[in-house]
Amino acid sequence: MTAETVTTPAPNGAEPPAIRYNFAYLDEQTKRMIRRAILKAIAIPGYQVPFAGREMPMPYGWGTGGVQVTAAILGACDVLKVIDQGSDDTTNAVAIRSFFETTAGVATTTRTADATVIQTRHRIPETPLKAGQVLVFQVPIPEPLRFLEPRETETRRLHGLGDYGLIHVKLYEDIARHGHIATTYAYPVTVNGRYVMDPSPIPKFDNPKMHMSPALQLFGAGREKRIYAVPPFTPVVPLDFEDHPFAVQHFAEPCALCGGQGVYLDEVILDDAGGRMFVCSDTDYCATRQGEGHTGRMSAPYAAPPATAATGAEPPIAASGSGDRP
Amino acid sequence: MTAFATGPAAGFIDPVHAAQRVFSALMRAMAEPGRVQPLASDLVPPAPLSPELAAVALALLDYETPVWLDAALAASPQVAAFLRFHTGAPVVADPGKARFAFFADGQSLPPFQAFAQGEPDNPDRSTTLVVAVARFEAEPLTLAGPGIDGTRGFGAVPLPVDFAARLEANGSAFPLGVDLILCAPGAVAALPRTVRPVAHPSVRA
Repeated sequence: MTAETVTTPAPNGAEPPAIRYNFAYLDEQTKRMIRRAILKAIAIPGYQVPFAGREMPMPYGWGTGGVQVTAAILGACDVLKVIDQGSDDTTNAVAIRSFFETTAGVATTTRTADATVIQTRHRIPETPLKAGQVLVFQVPIPEPLRFLEPRETETRRLHGLGDYGLIHVKLYEDIARHGHIATTYAYPVTVNGRYVMDPSPIPKFDNPKMHMSPALQLFGAGREKRIYAVPPFTPVVPLDFEDHPFAVQHFAEPCALCGGQGVYLDEVILDDAGGRMFVCSDTDYCATRQGEGHTGRMSAPYAAPPATAATGAEPPIAASGSGDRP
Repeated sequence: MTAFATGPAAGFIDPVHAAQRVFSALMRAMAEPGRVQPLASDLVPPAPLSPELAAVALALLDYETPVWLDAALAASPQVAAFLRFHTGAPVVADPGKARFAFFADGQSLPPFQAFAQGEPDNPDRSTTLVVAVARFEAEPLTLAGPGIDGTRGFGAVPLPVDFAARLEANGSAFPLGVDLILCAPGAVAALPRTVRPVAHPSVRA
């Protein structure tokens, strides 16, 4: 379609690939259509702009919306980081990163501070984002009212009227049933005092990072064909009640590898006897801290604690050991 | 301009990356209302279409986007031919039907209500106004809203004398309203419908 193509570097001087794609895979008309949707999304913070989502060379549910947004905004000078649940090295992140290395030839990184565009599945990095960075979220269900009202015509009308009583009832039912708001991820937020928005299935731990963030936040839902945005320095307030204010999760112990506190931790099961550890979900943050010399309870050298671990009691920190890690 | 004997002036030399750079400037301008972003354009479009207006047109317009031209632009058949050849966008006479509207002169902006304001269920179906101005300044407007950390001083020459009142009215209809992209030589700034002019701190009681 255009003169610009990106050639995959042929390994070992082999034949160049038979198929060449336009820069960043999408054709130029598709990019223009997505770019127009992005501009309108930024102008109406939190509103879901419909767009003609294309089929991508990956199944729905693997980030087709985020990939299309990234492909539309990516330039040759951008540095791309891709994370999946905070991790740079899981299947989804590796696949999408190599997709753009192949089709766009852009530089990639795992360092949050070095990236200009960060595509994410279900986390916001622990390192605070800077002005000029763009965070692209992969969104499965963009409509926060969808499980309460299945009809798209109705949910659009509810957004148009700003009628969000339904979702407050849902949070109230949480309180009636569990004694507290039991929603822990995809926690609905109000953007700039107007639109209620699904922040994608990030843990509610990450919701405060969206509030007045200096970075631009874009959301792409491929199957549902919606794009929405939160501009920098925009109020993003989680829904709550005066007597049940919004609160984030807290972790009883720090990261077992870097000792990080006040960060989101993953639970890792170690054996079938109740052994477990909590480590940073954000691999770049954890690796950076370890590189700076921070250590946690299970940092090498590490000796498995005596049997007390199986009873659930806090094991003593091993001063030294054989060095074999679980 | 001798090229008109044979056809419209050339488009982007490097269409893929030039369009991306223009869009990137527009995205950052829209995300930070009133902040002036550099916008380099290597186009030599027919007058009175400025190189920056032409760059925005080629980056955003295609057969899906009806476009409305102000009197100065509509008077030039070369401008229509340039846009038709490079974008394929249909030029419409009814401003209410246009996705984009282009203005060679910021002084003569018609009332914003003449353009599509969007619908309550679909506020994105509103016109984006792309306006050529001579230069940007840091006054007389003081802007607030999403994308602005506190307030930001902004001004452009020429603009209608009642521009602040128009912005106020446009913002008060949120989520309906038009979005503005202002292009000066080598620079672009945007005023989406979220932006509000606020009283200058020295005027506040």
